[in-house]
Amino acid sequence: MTDQGIGARVLRKEDKRFITGKGKYTDDIIEPNQAYAAFVRSPHAHANVKSIDASAAEAMEGVEAVLNGHQLTGDGIGNIICGWGITSKDGSPMNMGAWSALATDKVRYVGDAVAVVIADSKAQAQAAAEAVIVEYDVLPATSNVLATLKDGAPQIHENAPGNLIFDWEIGNKDETDAALATAHHKTTMDITNNRLSPNPMEPRSAVATFNEADDHYTLYTTSQNPHVARLVLSAFYNVAPEHKLRVIAPDVGGGFGAKIYIYPEEIVCLWASMKTNRSVKWTSTRSEAFLTDAHGRDHVSTATMGFDKDNNIVGFKINTKANLGAYMSLFSSSVPTYLYATLLSGQYNIANVYCDVQTYYTNTVPVDAYRGAGRPEAAYLIERVMETAARELGVDPGELRRQNFVTQFPHQTPVIMAYDSGDFAGNLDEAKAAADVAGFPARKAEAASRGKLRGLGYSNYIEACGIAPSAAVGSLGAGVGLWESAEVRVNPVGTIEILTGSHSHGQGHETTFAQLVSERFDLPTENIQIVHGDTDKVQFGMGTYGSRSGAVGMSAISKALDKVEAKVKKIAAHVLEASEDDIIIEGGEVKVKGTDKAMGWHEVGLSAYTAHNLPEGMEPGLKEGAFYDPTNFTFPAGCYICEVEVDPATGVTEIVQFTASDDFGTIINPMIVEGQVHGGITQGIGQAMMEHAVYDEGGQLLSGSYMDYCMPRADDVPNYTVSHHSTVCPGNPLGMKGCGEAGAIGSPPAVINAITDAIGNNNLHMPATPSRVWAAIQQVSAAHAAE
Amino acid sequence: MYETTYYRASSVSDATSKLAGTEDGKFLAGGQTLVPTMKQRLAAPSDLIDVSGIEALRSISVDGGVVTVGASCTHAQVAGSGDVATAIPALAALAGGIGDPAVRARGTIGGSIANNDPAADYPAACLGLGATIVTDSREIPADDFFVGMFETALEEGEMITAVKFPKAAKAGYAKFPNPASRYAMVGVLAAQAADGVRVAVTGAGNDGVFRHGALETALGADWSAAATEGVTTDAGDMLADIHGSAEYRAHLVAVIAGRAVDNS
Amino acid sequence: MTKISMTVNGKARSVDVPDNTLLVDYIRENLRLTGTHVGCDTSQCGACVVHVDGQAVKSCTMLAAAAQGAEVTTIEGVAAGKDDLHPMQTAFKENHGLQCGFCTPGMIMTATDMVKRYKEAGKTLDEDAIREELEGNICRCTGYHNIVKSIADGASKMA
Repeated sequence: MTDQGIGARVLRKEDKRFITGKGKYTDDIIEPNQAYAAFVRSPHAHANVKSIDASAAEAMEGVEAVLNGHQLTGDGIGNIICGWGITSKDGSPMNMGAWSALATDKVRYVGDAVAVVIADSKAQAQAAAEAVIVEYDVLPATSNVLATLKDGAPQIHENAPGNLIFDWEIGNKDETDAALATAHHKTTMDITNNRLSPNPMEPRSAVATFNEADDHYTLYTTSQNPHVARLVLSAFYNVAPEHKLRVIAPDVGGGFGAKIYIYPEEIVCLWASMKTNRSVKWTSTRSEAFLTDAHGRDHVSTATMGFDKDNNIVGFKINTKANLGAYMSLFSSSVPTYLYATLLSGQYNIANVYCDVQTYYTNTVPVDAYRGAGRPEAAYLIERVMETAARELGVDPGELRRQNFVTQFPHQTPVIMAYDSGDFAGNLDEAKAAADVAGFPARKAEAASRGKLRGLGYSNYIEACGIAPSAAVGSLGAGVGLWESAEVRVNPVGTIEILTGSHSHGQGHETTFAQLVSERFDLPTENIQIVHGDTDKVQFGMGTYGSRSGAVGMSAISKALDKVEAKVKKIAAHVLEASEDDIIIEGGEVKVKGTDKAMGWHEVGLSAYTAHNLPEGMEPGLKEGAFYDPTNFTFPAGCYICEVEVDPATGVTEIVQFTASDDFGTIINPMIVEGQVHGGITQGIGQAMMEHAVYDEGGQLLSGSYMDYCMPRADDVPNYTVSHHSTVCPGNPLGMKGCGEAGAIGSPPAVINAITDAIGNNNLHMPATPSRVWAAIQQVSAAHAAE
Repeated sequence: MYETTYYRASSVSDATSKLAGTEDGKFLAGGQTLVPTMKQRLAAPSDLIDVSGIEALRSISVDGGVVTVGASCTHAQVAGSGDVATAIPALAALAGGIGDPAVRARGTIGGSIANNDPAADYPAACLGLGATIVTDSREIPADDFFVGMFETALEEGEMITAVKFPKAAKAGYAKFPNPASRYAMVGVLAAQAADGVRVAVTGAGNDGVFRHGALETALGADWSAAATEGVTTDAGDMLADIHGSAEYRAHLVAVIAGRAVDNS
Repeated sequence: MTKISMTVNGKARSVDVPDNTLLVDYIRENLRLTGTHVGCDTSQCGACVVHVDGQAVKSCTMLAAAAQGAEVTTIEGVAAGKDDLHPMQTAFKENHGLQCGFCTPGMIMTATDMVKRYKEAGKTLDEDAIREELEGNICRCTGYHNIVKSIADGASKMA
């Protein structure tokens, strides 16, 4: 057997090009006759556009064209869509405001594009963009949900009174109210989930080429889902018919959700390429990225959890208000609803859960999915409440969780999800042992002797991946199916190409997907090539997000491999004159079990293509495709324990230990999975302690660069202790659950629970910056002084 | 970045005379502040006179009680200088904590103090150690040099050639970095200088680097971290932003001053 | 336009460029060495780090003109030969020190520089030192855990 199959720590096949500088990212591409786009963006958060004077810009050297929104809509380019319809409590559809790729009459956030300059060079385009004179009639703006709720708040879209997009609910209100009314103890908290900027290190970029002779478009773009991009660009934005549009997402430098959506810039580059008959390239600066990449999170919630006299949870009621920004981005509506509230039962047996969610427009960049997308908001809410309840009840926070864990599977929650597997207590025990929770009091005492405050916090998260059963999400309002496709091509020489609709932008698919094939056919991974990210090569796919590439993408490959395996066995049985049931594939050969009859793997490939001696009626060739539509979500879960030390003089928090025990189901490559967890936890620590996308009241972004948006750096985070305690997922052929987002979902509450434990003040919101932690410590000191 | 004309000066007189002939020229040293500012289109000098190659500005010398650092010495050079480490270890440590390694490889002392960024480290060193800023035409005591945020006593076309730091009996620097930018949110250099205890605070003040009289008095009486406890700073004079309130910065001044003393 | 000449990865290069051309643009756009990346505009992310005359610098914060006559090494030039890998490159692969790969060239250039400086100064490059030395390099994928491991391993491989 090869040692490169499932479970092996195979080094990544894709690494060599990245470590040698040979990666090919979108901005690395230069097309013949390429021009550059620079966008004219609104400096105002909310304004009517009175006039655009491009005459000076048009006269500048190297300027090919200056184009505006009226020309764009005049050419029939469609408005940007939201792909998930949400129905309000009263049955009304969501109030979706129009979003043109170039604003026509009104701008609604700082960075909203009103015009684009196409010029020979980047510098010329930028200079000309500065020379475009836009006259604005500035309007009052609103930048956060609480301000939006005030009387007299500015109206952002005419069809959304009060800026309300929808008012949605899930669960049973009356039963939850009744359960809470009889509760022996109630824990109520106001919880804010801070707004974040995703910040993949590669800024977004697009290179669009219209080929007039063929009436054909090619778009290189930084996308997590090039096929979805092509579909939407074609079907909704009318940029080009689908068969005349090729979308290529080459090497993509991280996504984290921010590269799911089809942004105005890609639409405009394609359209401008047609208008100017030149290739048009645009690459975001980091400053533009802060202004225009979809942000994440930004929830304000109130939650009440009730317990009976034995500390069993009897009900959980939540109200959440979510900021969706100035326009509804592609999946924005699904994030604070089906990706969030369906996880509000957590790892716990809760008979009654009710959540209602109001979403609002504000004069800020659109908010959409960012690593975890809704699930971090749910986990943070539940796990902060559980820790707080344990403190109020005077019980051990781990034990309060344990007694409420779901232990029987399948488990139907009151909020749609049916958990299929898990061993939550197993994860808790593993994490507690690894974190040496028993030794914590001694460590705390030792820290105190050094003047430091030491604290410990838990987080027992559960999330939903494997997105998603198409019919189920369709019934909930999704505009697409969320299956995945794969094609397996065995070449005549026996090498294999796997074409997948999943997209890798750091996840290592070229390695893990090859391991799956290696496992199946006992072939070395170097004989297996993964092809992705090009709509001309891969017929269709839904892309990579929601930790779906393993559970859904690899399941599709597995299904296609089944078909290939069956055909291989048929061919071999025919050639070797044996029964199909006796054929085994092993060591590069296809053999008849228990005999010395065998043919080389490559000989089977060759037989399939020469077709000289195939079974009667069999088609030549060895290529099979499959679509896999999941039957349920998958439910990765785990226990994270964070231990911190706080310097009371400065409020600086050091994470001294972070322990993770995850249940991801089957793991293909532990090395890669651990890497995903490290990165996810770091983003979660970033959210908990550092990162905050902040607008002032007038809608100006205050955290518009790395000078003010605090990215986690190497000396901000510790080494992590990561382990796996897995149960097999019964819902897909490989038993996989997904690992891409867990770290970011599970870690923030563990961090805040630890800091609040250390400082003895639960009144602390993310990000727990030194300044905020210090202020919270002062509150405690002031309270003590008052006593 | 706007268009500009680059010129590499061979000597101080070459640089100043060249600059005098430009419409709106600027001296360029390591460029670690000026180049980013130009990239953001916040500065548009007609000409850049690169002084980083002027050999005479790149030496460090110790003469009796004075360490003279040439204006084009990089932070890495100052941090790695055995002479500086021996004479004024706090200065070497401060230089070794500016920015990141790649910034330290290019950024220069002259460029840093000419810019007088309110969050830069070197102004605290100059003011705290009672340095003298040497230009092509005169010598300016640090007490007179730093006029306000991004403002110095330099005249149009005047060029810093060196900074003279008197040795201190004891000196220490401590910095509380802004979590995002890593510039000083509060940086304190405390020194036992010839004219008494000097305490300079950078990063925190709303008018740039400043001397802290109350801390100087307290540390003059008792050179210990404990002596800084309870010394207050007027929050009204502090910067406030998304990273911390004025009150927080005011509180940190004494805490970081204590750590500066510990580092001395 | 000024003719800017420098030696890049051992080859003499000479290109007419405007005076305001950044070194990173000279490398990426003029020389088409696209392994050096741009991830921010405030000199903080470090994706653009190259070596100029043996020192790690941020090529987005240096004019090409200022590198006139310099010896420049980019990620494409760190390995000894065409088919070789630098020990630090090998270490990043063997320790899974990269995911999306975008920050990786800058990380490797910073790493080899720090190992060299520490060795020259006779200092120990322990984990804390590595983390501190990485202040100017941001990675969004790995959480740094495996980057720190990679650099420690690369340092021992470079010994």
